[in-house]
Amino acid sequence: MSHDTLIPASQATTAAIPDPGLGEHVERFTDADPAAGNRVYRSILFKFALVPVLAIAFVVVYFAMDKTAWVEVLGTRFLLQHLLLGVTLGLAILLIGIGAVEWARYIMNDEEVAEERHTLATSPADREVLSKKFAAGVADSGVKRRPLLLSAALGGVGILAVPVVVSLADLGPWPTDATRKKTLEKTIWAPGVRLVNDINKLPIKPGDLEVGQLVNAEPATLFDLAGADQQVARAKAAIIVVKMDPDTIKIPDSRKDWQVGGVLSYSKICTHVGCPISLWEQTTHHLLCPCHQSTFDLGNSGVVVFGPAARSLPQLPIAVDSEGYLVARSDFTVPVGPSYFERDSTKDYQDGDK
Amino acid sequence: MAKPAGLADSAPVLETTRPDAEPTPGRLAEVGNWVDERTGLGKVAKGGLRKIFPDHWSFLLGEIALYSFIILLLTGIFLSLWFKPSMGEVEYAGSYQLLKGLPMSEAYASTLAISFDVRGGLLVRQVHHWAAMLFVASATIHMLRVFFTGAFRKPRELNWLLGVGMFSIALIEGFAGYSLPDDLLSGTGLRFVDGLVRSIPIVGTWLEFLVFGGEFPGTLIIPRLFIAHVLLVPGLILGLVGAHMALIVYHKHTQFPGPGRKETNVVGYPLFPVYMAKAGGFFFIVAGVTTLMGATMQINPVWNFGPYNPSQVTAGSQPDWYMGWVEGAVRIMAPIEWHLGSTTWSWNVFLPAVVLMGLLFTVLGAWPFVESWLTGDKAEHHLLDRPRNAPIRTSLGVAGMTCYALFWLAGGNDILATQFHVSLNDVTYFMRVAVFVGPVIAFFITRRVCLALQHADNERVLHGSESGVIVRAPGGGYSEAHEPLTEDELFTLTQHEQLAPLEATPATDGHGIPVAGAGVSKRRARLSGWFMGTTVVKVSADELHDHHDEPVPAEK
Ligand code: HEM
Ligand code: FES
Repeated sequence: MSHDTLIPASQATTAAIPDPGLGEHVERFTDADPAAGNRVYRSILFKFALVPVLAIAFVVVYFAMDKTAWVEVLGTRFLLQHLLLGVTLGLAILLIGIGAVEWARYIMNDEEVAEERHTLATSPADREVLSKKFAAGVADSGVKRRPLLLSAALGGVGILAVPVVVSLADLGPWPTDATRKKTLEKTIWAPGVRLVNDINKLPIKPGDLEVGQLVNAEPATLFDLAGADQQVARAKAAIIVVKMDPDTIKIPDSRKDWQVGGVLSYSKICTHVGCPISLWEQTTHHLLCPCHQSTFDLGNSGVVVFGPAARSLPQLPIAVDSEGYLVARSDFTVPVGPSYFERDSTKDYQDGDK
Repeated sequence: MAKPAGLADSAPVLETTRPDAEPTPGRLAEVGNWVDERTGLGKVAKGGLRKIFPDHWSFLLGEIALYSFIILLLTGIFLSLWFKPSMGEVEYAGSYQLLKGLPMSEAYASTLAISFDVRGGLLVRQVHHWAAMLFVASATIHMLRVFFTGAFRKPRELNWLLGVGMFSIALIEGFAGYSLPDDLLSGTGLRFVDGLVRSIPIVGTWLEFLVFGGEFPGTLIIPRLFIAHVLLVPGLILGLVGAHMALIVYHKHTQFPGPGRKETNVVGYPLFPVYMAKAGGFFFIVAGVTTLMGATMQINPVWNFGPYNPSQVTAGSQPDWYMGWVEGAVRIMAPIEWHLGSTTWSWNVFLPAVVLMGLLFTVLGAWPFVESWLTGDKAEHHLLDRPRNAPIRTSLGVAGMTCYALFWLAGGNDILATQFHVSLNDVTYFMRVAVFVGPVIAFFITRRVCLALQHADNERVLHGSESGVIVRAPGGGYSEAHEPLTEDELFTLTQHEQLAPLEATPATDGHGIPVAGAGVSKRRARLSGWFMGTTVVKVSADELHDHHDEPVPAEK
């Protein structure tokens, strides 16, 4: 606060000079010079006259042109028909607008006009009338002598909210303990399910991978599902398979047999809000989520090293089957994906756990 | 005193009227009578036809919002004739070769059909998306205009609330809209919402299951978002727009101060014909520009992203610009999660997403009431403030904008890191601090600037404007000659109200007996002194008289 704080009440609402009032009207060039006025008039007419021309051009382009042809204009590829439809229509609309605004600005009378404002509020006398009318209505209703009527009626209307809300309960299944165990807390990974490459759907052998290589994979059983079922399953079961030099990474005792010679598998679904994690930094063993940059250390059981995610990436215990292909040893041991209230997060791996 | 050029009812007839080019007034009057005898609309038209609207470029911002909303309605209806809101799987058989034969949802397939097989469909899709960007942008800037000029003060608080309501559901509407095509980008956005809903303590999982009809993504979310996007939310916005407009007409528009502009009048041009032509023409300009944008500027090329696949993500996926600040907050949030017993409290998602959004809308909605509590001002205001004349309000506004902008920038922390060759982690750490410190710095700078501008105004009033002419005095010194201001400017620069801050009412009366009831507490008086007292006292008539080299303009 400064020395400027004292405001004399006398000048609070008055200006230093009296209001000079609305100034004299200044003529525009179109008023002063009839020739200029006529030029503007003709240019507006010309704009309006172009509109039908453009409209016809639009129709011609619509019917006469191949809709699949692409053109390159200034280094950008356009669908030719789309471009011409848009340009003709857009210009036609724009010209109407510009013409109308010019008409208003250069031709219509431009003398400013003052209009009085009126008080918004109802006058005290009218309020008086209103309250009399209201009182008469209240008296007519009989609610004074039988006051319970009103509460009962309002209560009745109010309670109707209950059936309305209840009828929304079927919007979705309820995530009760039992439901969660079958949904959020379960994926289609199971003992013996093969890990298959996400793109060519082929099973993977540990020997196929080189140190530092990362492969996106899915459970083989995913492709038995179709449509929405497959999407739901995929949203939880997607994994990455990565091979690291076992000597350069930390493998806790409890997870010694979750990997096969430095080949480890983790959930691909970020523990933050569920984006598929994709950016792999070979040298640091860090995996970065492209959505909000949470970074997980795959060389240390997936713990968070940076970003807003607060939980380690779940690791999928894997082994090889009799034919030497990578298979899951079980489902994930903790729920994958973003947190939810009922999630028991005490079992997630924390840095330093054995 | 110069008198107003004319009154609404007696404005001169246009010179350019050419009777032979228009229907004869007789026929028009006949139609008018027919309608009036059945509706009585003549009474409304009589009052409204020559209603005065003030002119200022910044009053166009709300209009842009209105017009882009109308464009959204029109283009949206067109799109809904072809769009299929279904997550059922089909094999793509349309004319875009690169996706031929791929399994995808009907929603995505029909979006491709609109883009490549319906002539003009791509145009309408792109116009719709550009108009949506423009709608939110113009509503936001319009809101800032209303804020910085104090247009939200009595009697317009309700209209401000309607505006905040529209603003918040406009974000939801936009989000629902770009989730519909079910391409990879929109699916990623939905995944985000799923995580966000889940993060709500206690009820999150329940809400998630009810909203998505089970686990993400399921089959119901697109049809549900569709009905929200084309019916529920637009219906709500339409109702709010209607109420917003009705109140504007009823209140009459605010105006900037100036000669002849009073709290009790409104100076401008009549609705018919000037404002109709200007505003109507402006609608066509906005529509024309968005159409040209839709034609020439590609937006959301869903065919490049491919169908949604929960195990894929497009590089650099970003939401539409107006969700960027939430995205930024989510990105720079610290990884705070509580694991209590067998429950998880996901503050790292809940706070920056759900709570922050709620906070913004609450603060916006509350501001008019906070300000009137600070000023104790119960008067109606139809003359706008010049932002410098409300230094604290203006500074708080700029601080808020700075905070928003920093969050928004944080939403591109990866881009910032690569563009400026710094580490992503450093950008994030920097932003975590900046969102708190930046607004404070912005506040003090703006406050300084406002006060300096007020000083400069006083200087001009007292000493006139610099003429650019250097005069050499007989003694050899140089000085710049000053020209006196016009009366118009003198008035404009000194007309604003400068009320004294609230004073605390004594806790006890003259006899030491405590005063009951609603007085002004010491704290409120202190805050009021800060809010209203941080200002430069304007030049008074006496000061002007004493200082002035020229005679003060006399009363006319
Ligand atoms: C959602 C889209 C919106 C539309 C279509 C819209 C439209 C308009 C229009 C056309 C005007 C008159 C011109 C003007 O003052 O600029 C106006 C005035 C107003 N708007 Fe909005 N607006 C929207 C959003 C908002 C928002 C977000 C706020 C504030 C939170 C707001 C608050 C106001 C107020 C208080 C007025 C009266 C101001 C005055 O008389 O100067 N509006 N609106
Ligand atoms: S979803 Fe991975 S960091 Fe947010």
